[in-house]
Amino acid sequence: MFSSFDFDVIRRSLAYLFLDGMTFTLMLTGLAALGGLVFGTLIALMRLSGYRLMGRIAGLYVDFMRSLPLVLVIFWFYFLVPYIGQWLTGAARPIRVGAFASSLITFILFEAAYFSEIMRAGIQSISKGQPAASYALGLTYSQTMRYVVLPQAFRNMLPILLTQTIVLFQDTSLVYVLSIPDFLGAASKVAQRDGRLVEMYLFAALVYFTISCVASYGVRRLQARIAIVR
Amino acid sequence: MNYHWNWHIFLEPAPSGTGTYFDMLLSGLVLTIETSLLAWVIALLFGTIVGVMRTLPSRAASAIGFCYVEFFRNMPLLVQLFLWFFVLPELLPRGIGLWMKQLQNAPFYTAAIGIGLFMSARVAEQLRAGIGAMPRGQKMAATALGLTTAQAYIYILLPIAFRIILPPLTSEFLNTIKNTAVAITIGLIELTGEARAMQEFSFQVFEAFTAATLMYLAINVVVVVAMRLLERSVAVPGTIAGK
Repeated sequence: MFSSFDFDVIRRSLAYLFLDGMTFTLMLTGLAALGGLVFGTLIALMRLSGYRLMGRIAGLYVDFMRSLPLVLVIFWFYFLVPYIGQWLTGAARPIRVGAFASSLITFILFEAAYFSEIMRAGIQSISKGQPAASYALGLTYSQTMRYVVLPQAFRNMLPILLTQTIVLFQDTSLVYVLSIPDFLGAASKVAQRDGRLVEMYLFAALVYFTISCVASYGVRRLQARIAIVR
Repeated sequence: MNYHWNWHIFLEPAPSGTGTYFDMLLSGLVLTIETSLLAWVIALLFGTIVGVMRTLPSRAASAIGFCYVEFFRNMPLLVQLFLWFFVLPELLPRGIGLWMKQLQNAPFYTAAIGIGLFMSARVAEQLRAGIGAMPRGQKMAATALGLTTAQAYIYILLPIAFRIILPPLTSEFLNTIKNTAVAITIGLIELTGEARAMQEFSFQVFEAFTAATLMYLAINVVVVVAMRLLERSVAVPGTIAGK
């Protein structure tokens, strides 16, 4: 069964797979997680702001994004971003957007919906006395959020945020549908060029599996360590 | 914007020769629903077995369950579909591999099985949490009444656990529907695939994607409403959800 295996094809393409492919995947994961967290926190604050209209808009955004398949959203933004860019810059024709920028915008806006739900749960889990005490000390709304509520919410939700980031890491493989050479895209290119689908896809699966396993083990360790003793 | 909107495009005949572009999208919608239903049956079946195994007193059973869940959770769905579709037929004996490759509707079965197994790991985790959320007394009372372990699960633990975890199961079902779009990569032309095909034939990108988006939203609304009705009718009496 494994007799016709050509392990050399993996060794030959290692540099391309990791230096090009994995770098793209990890950069996309990291930046999308950061951007998603920032936007997600803003959306969560909008939902909890108490202004009905703002809350409704944020809620609609989250529900809308969460009911669409990521693949469809990737296609949407791939075609939409050039027009948005044209509209923003006032250019005469749709602007060119690189593969990385296009997928980064997609993932930030898509993941923001998921991160916002996590942050909303985190903010809601803070006891009422915390913001009350900080207002009593004369802190403004933004100071209360920045120095009192958000740091605690972030800390409580850190394991869940990181787990979501692992999901995001796996989801970035879907940029494959745009023929972008992320890790899986790179593996697939080599696989098709050399006719070595079995070796390359098994290797890609093994790499994703190892990284996700190690990362989720790390999250479990972290969760045990930072749990607040009450 | 110098994009040419043309909403009448849906009524124009599609080059595939099977009716209008709207018919094309509808057939994609049907395929999306069929794939997700079959995948969901598989996910529930395997998820229940593995979820139960993880709560059994036997160490071996719960270790096997743990490995199963980790295996399916730590690989992207896309990679799993590639493994089932491209790699598995090569690793099996020649005859079976050839049969799999020549199978009609191979993308459909691969997608349903691949997505079903992928989701089954998540269902298993939800079910484990549901069984874990029940008071220990339930299992003890069942044992005291002389029920075997299998009987205790079938008559006492599972019926209540499933009713408890209905809300998270709803979102897992919605995830199953959304995940069928990934099968576009192994050549399953479901709703997203048909929208993409329509975009390539007609160049009306945004009309095609808008229609697909609305259809996905409609599926979501139907599922959410149906599940809420179901939740209300099977809520466990005596809990916060029940009366």
